[in-house]
Amino acid sequence: MLQLKSVSKRYKTGDLALKNVTLEIPDGQVLALIGPSGAGKSTLIRCINRLVDPTEGSITLGDLEISSLSSWALRKARRRMGMIFQEYALVERLTVMENVLSGRLGYVGFWQSWFRRFPAKDIKEAYRLLDRVGLAHMADKRADELSGGQRQRVGIARALIQDPALLLVDEPTASLDPKTSRQIMRLICELCDERKLSAIINIHDVLLAQMFAKRVVGLQLGEIVYDGPPDGLGPDVLTQIYGEEDWEATIRKVEDEDEEGAEEAALS
Amino acid sequence: MPTIETQDGPVWKRRTTAKSLLTWFCWLIGVAIVVYCWELVSERTIWFFVQDAGTQAADMASRMVPPKWDYMDVLWQPVWDTINIATLGTGIALVFAVPVAFLAARNTTPHPTIRAIALLVIVSSRSINSLIWALMLVAIIGPGVFAGVIAIALRSVGFCAKLLYESIEEIDPRQVEAITATGATRAQQLGYGIVPQIMPSFAGISVFRWDINIRESTVLGLVGAGGIGIQLDASISTLAWTQVSVILLVILATVLVSEWVSAKVRAAII
Amino acid sequence: MTDIQNQTEYPGKWKRPPLIKRGWLRWSLWIGAAIYLSLALGTMDINWGRVAEGLPRGQKFIAAFFPPDFTSRWESILDGILESIWMTVIATVAGIALSVPVGLGAARNLAPLPVYLICRSIVAISRTFPEIILAIFAVKLFGFGPFAGFLALSIATVGFFAKLLAEDIENMDPVQAEAIKSTGASWLQWINYAVQPQVMPRMIGLSMYRLDINFRESAVVGIVGGGGIGATLLTAFDRYEFDSAAAILIVIIVIVIGLEYLSGYLRRWVQ
Repeated sequence: MLQLKSVSKRYKTGDLALKNVTLEIPDGQVLALIGPSGAGKSTLIRCINRLVDPTEGSITLGDLEISSLSSWALRKARRRMGMIFQEYALVERLTVMENVLSGRLGYVGFWQSWFRRFPAKDIKEAYRLLDRVGLAHMADKRADELSGGQRQRVGIARALIQDPALLLVDEPTASLDPKTSRQIMRLICELCDERKLSAIINIHDVLLAQMFAKRVVGLQLGEIVYDGPPDGLGPDVLTQIYGEEDWEATIRKVEDEDEEGAEEAALS
Repeated sequence: MPTIETQDGPVWKRRTTAKSLLTWFCWLIGVAIVVYCWELVSERTIWFFVQDAGTQAADMASRMVPPKWDYMDVLWQPVWDTINIATLGTGIALVFAVPVAFLAARNTTPHPTIRAIALLVIVSSRSINSLIWALMLVAIIGPGVFAGVIAIALRSVGFCAKLLYESIEEIDPRQVEAITATGATRAQQLGYGIVPQIMPSFAGISVFRWDINIRESTVLGLVGAGGIGIQLDASISTLAWTQVSVILLVILATVLVSEWVSAKVRAAII
Repeated sequence: MTDIQNQTEYPGKWKRPPLIKRGWLRWSLWIGAAIYLSLALGTMDINWGRVAEGLPRGQKFIAAFFPPDFTSRWESILDGILESIWMTVIATVAGIALSVPVGLGAARNLAPLPVYLICRSIVAISRTFPEIILAIFAVKLFGFGPFAGFLALSIATVGFFAKLLAEDIENMDPVQAEAIKSTGASWLQWINYAVQPQVMPRMIGLSMYRLDINFRESAVVGIVGGGGIGATLLTAFDRYEFDSAAAILIVIIVIVIGLEYLSGYLRRWVQ
C-alpha cells in the first residue's frame, strides 16, 4: 500500500507544484491521475520515487518511509517502483535487450553491468517479458530503430523486470496514435492485473482514463479536486479540473468509445 | 522593422535610427582598431624586405626544383615517427580527457570546485601550443619521439576534454532519469545513461583530433621533439632547398591521406 | 503458457551484437591495431635512461617555474603580448576578408567547376601546412618581425575559414535559396538575401574561435622569428629564466580565457 501524507513540493523557482496532497493507494489498484498540464502530475509521481525531492510531507510504500531514506536505501527502494515514461526515455543507442536489462541495474554490481554479465535468471526473464509484450524478435535491434508503440513496450518491460510492487506511469500515451495508445494502456492494465501491481498512471486523456482505470484522481494547480470512480466525472467535475468548456460531447463520446473499446478487446 | 513617416509617405527601414547609429558606431570602432593595429605592425616592418619578397620568392622557388627524390629514402623513418607521435599522443590524451570531461561537465561533476579545477586544466592545456609543450619537454626528458608524444598528448587533453564535456552537457536528461529510476548507482547511471549517448561524439572527437595532431606533429622536430620536422629544420638551415621541397610534398601527402582517413572513419561512425 | 514451460524455453545467455558485424573484418581490425601498436612502441626508441635522469631534473625544472616572475622582464613581456595581439587582430580580419571570396568559390552549389577546383586547392594547401611552417617561409621572404607572422596567420585563417564557410554554404537550405532566386534577384542580391542570413550566425561564432586560435598560434610564430610573444618566450627558455617563461604562459592562458568569455558573450548577443 502506498500512502502520501500532506506532500508538498516547492521548486527553487518558487513555484508551488504540489499543495498538501494526501492519497492512499491499496495494493493492486490502478489509479489514473488526470489534470491539465502544469497541474503537478509529473511532479507527484516523481516525488514518489524521489527523482524530485518533496519539500514537505511523508510518503510510505508498505512500511518503508521513502521521504527520509539515505541515498543507498533509496536505490533499494527504487527497485520496487517501476517507472514508465512519456516519450519512452529508452537509452536510444543501446539495444532493446540492454534497455530491458537496465531495469536490473539496482540488483547487480557496476562491473557486472558494465560488461553486460547479467545473471542467467535475469536474461531469461528479459526474454520472457519481451515475448509477453510482443517483441521477442527485436532483442538485438537498437532502441532507436523501433516505432513509438514498440519503444513504449520496451519501456514497460524495463519497468516490469525490476519486479516492482508499484508502477509509476508518466503520460504513457502522450506521443502515440490513438490506436497504439489504447493497446499500450490495455497492456499496462493487463500486466498490473496479472501481477497484482498497483499503479499510478498520469494521463491527460480523460477518455483513456475512464476506459481503463477503476479510480480517477483529478489534480488542479497541485491540489486534489476529485477522487472517485471514473463514471463520476461529470461536466461539473471536468470544469473544476480543466476549466470551463462544453464537456457534453466528451462525455457522450466516452460512452460510444467504451463500447468500441470493448469490441476491440473481444476481437483481439 | 520600423516604418518612418516622411513627406513622401512612410519609408521602411531595416533598423531604427538609434540602432543604425549604434551599428555604424560599432563598425567604426572595429575599423579603427584594425587600422591602429596595422599601423603598429607596419611600424615594425622593414618594407625594403617586403618589396624584395617577390624576387626572393622566385629565387627560392627556382632553387626548390627539381625536388631531390632520392632524399625520400631518409624520410620514411621520420614520417613513420610523425604518424606515431600523432597516434600515440592522441591515444594518451583520450585516456586522460575522459575523466577530466566528466569532472568538467555541469551535469556530472561531483562538486563546483572540482569543476573549476577541471576547467582550468582544460584551458591551460588548450592555451599552450604543442610546440611550446615540446620545448619544455625536450628540456626535461631530452629530445626525441617520446617528448613529441607527450607534448601532443598534453595539448590534446584540453581540446578533447572541452569538446567531450560540451557533448556531455548536451545529452538527453530523460534517458538518464529513466536509468536513475531503476535504482542504479551513480556509476551505473554514467555507464548506461550517459556513455552510450556520448559514444558517437567521442569517436568523432578522437578522429578529428588525430587529424589535427598529424599536422602538428610534422613541426615538433623544429624544437627537437622527433618526427619529420627535424629533417625540415636541418634542410632549411643548410639551405638544401631541393630537400625542403621533397619534405613539403611528403607533409602535404601525409596530411591529405590523414584527412581522407578521418573523413572515411567519421562517415562510417555517423 | 505456464511459467514452467517458459523457464526452459528462454535462453539464459545474451551477448551484445558486435559493432562490426563481419567477423573477419572485426578480427583483422583488432589484429591490425595490435600489430601497429607493437611496431610503433617497438620503433619508438625511448631512451628510458635519459627519461629517468630527466625526471628529477624535471622536478627542479618545474620548481624553477614557481613563483612566476612578472616583474623583471615585464617590459618585454608586455611588448611581445601587444605585438601578438596586433598581429592576431589584423591577421584574423585580413584572413576572413580573403576567405569570403575563396569560400564562395569553394562551395560546389555556387561556383562553376574550374573556380571550385582552384579555390579548393588554395584551401587544401593553406590548411595542410601548420602555421609555423608558413611562418618559416614568411620570415625567409619578408624578413623578421610581425609582418611575417601576420602573413602566416592570415594564410592559415583562409584555409580554416574558407573551408568551413564553403561547407556551410553547401549545407544550407536550398528551398530558401530557390525562393530568393525565383524573385529574379541578381547573383549578388541572391548571396546577400539567401546565403548570407543562413550562414552568418555560425560564421560570427567561428571568427571569434579563429581569433582565439590565431592568438594562441601567434605565441609560436615568434619562435621562428615571426614576431609576437613567442620570441620573448624563446629568449626566456634560452636564458633559463623559467620564472619569466611561467609568467608569459600565465599571461597567455589569462588572455585565452578572456577571449573565450568574450566570444561566448558575443555569440549570445548575435543570436
